[in-house]
Amino acid sequence: MVSVGAAVSEPGSTRKNKTGSWRTFKPIQDSEKCIECGLCYLYCPEGCISTDYQPDYDYCKGCGICANECPVKAITMER
Amino acid sequence: MVVKVISSAEAISEAVKRARPSVIPVYPITPQTKISEKLADYVADGDLDAHYIRVESEHSAMSAAMGAAGTGVRVFTATSSQGLAYMHEPVFAAAGMRLPIVMADANRALSSPINIWNDQQDSITERDAGWIQLYAETGQEAFDTVLQAYKIAENPEISLPTMVCVDGFILTHTVDPVDLLSQEEVDTFLPKFEIVNACLDPEKPMSLGALADENYYFEARYAVEEALEKSKAVIEEVGKEFGDKFGRYYGLLEEYKSEDADIILIAMGSICGTIKDVIDEQRDMGKKIGLVRIRAYRPFPKEALREAVGDAKLGVIDKDISFSAGGAVYLDTKASVDNQTTGFIIGLGGRDVTPKDIVEIIEKTENPEKEIEWIGLKEE
Repeated sequence: MVSVGAAVSEPGSTRKNKTGSWRTFKPIQDSEKCIECGLCYLYCPEGCISTDYQPDYDYCKGCGICANECPVKAITMER
Repeated sequence: MVVKVISSAEAISEAVKRARPSVIPVYPITPQTKISEKLADYVADGDLDAHYIRVESEHSAMSAAMGAAGTGVRVFTATSSQGLAYMHEPVFAAAGMRLPIVMADANRALSSPINIWNDQQDSITERDAGWIQLYAETGQEAFDTVLQAYKIAENPEISLPTMVCVDGFILTHTVDPVDLLSQEEVDTFLPKFEIVNACLDPEKPMSLGALADENYYFEARYAVEEALEKSKAVIEEVGKEFGDKFGRYYGLLEEYKSEDADIILIAMGSICGTIKDVIDEQRDMGKKIGLVRIRAYRPFPKEALREAVGDAKLGVIDKDISFSAGGAVYLDTKASVDNQTTGFIIGLGGRDVTPKDIVEIIEKTENPEKEIEWIGLKEE
């Protein structure tokens, strides 16, 4: 049931909209190579990389910025 | 009772003053300017306690109106023609967000060629936005309709923006005696604004105007359709309540000598004054002619119209044109009734419409030659 004027009265409800299905390329992190510099965490526009540098595939849209920024090429984009 | 001889632009400003909006974001444009000037005077003189926002464009005027209405206060703005076209995008958004903004539109032609005079193309072009559109015939009706517009728009079941349309120059710049209800009288009809639907409140955070994908959009649009349908009854109720209080009754449409008429003209706005005079003359000659004046163009009063026209021949007069299809009121009428119906395009860009033109329209309604006739075109 949509509210009057489609107002959203529940804060944070955007989390219900799982954007992972938009993804074509999936970032795969190789923890052997990872130096825990935190750049992927900082650069992710969706804020969906956790502090242990694992992407949250429920929300990751597969933009590839993390892979591009990673200084040791620990993240690869796979189809 | 205070009767003043004033223009419709002033009458609208006087009504707005008595409705006491909290925020007035407005950008001047001919022939609406007098409304925004008058309201600026009231605010500057301390007669109206409102935030008057001098925005940089009409797009900003409507956007600011939406922002203000979104915080849960009464809002007024006014525009005309190119200004209305310029705010087209937020006009749709205001209806979708169900913000009960009241806006006056001084009906004026749209470019090109550029033209500042009257026709109704501007507001007709916004007919699909989801706004309620009420067309006034006189300065008195403009005054009365602004007050009713707030009551209709703010009804919790409706919660839709409402446009009060007056013919530019013909009404905005000519004077008429107007009974200016006192503040006390208006207060008995239109109480202080109360929040009815969602609004921005730090204590109860929410988002307005958020993205809605296909899971929500369809229902949100259907809700606008339902509200606009429901507004038909509310417009009638509010018009009756106004009449019971102040003696002037209003509804979705006005029937003038149409009950036993063989030929009924259908029109909107100030032209109906001329039409009524012509009908009186025709009646004196024994011709059964009537008028149905559409006051609420949106919601379109299909049922009331069907009932009002019986099986008379209809001549629909439009001060607008949907090129290659016909006038908008003509098309809506054709979609609502099965009567023999002829469409007439008149008065675009301020071309004068005389009683002689109305007589020609009556003759061509009786014996139609074409589906759509342009009346008053110059001969080559």
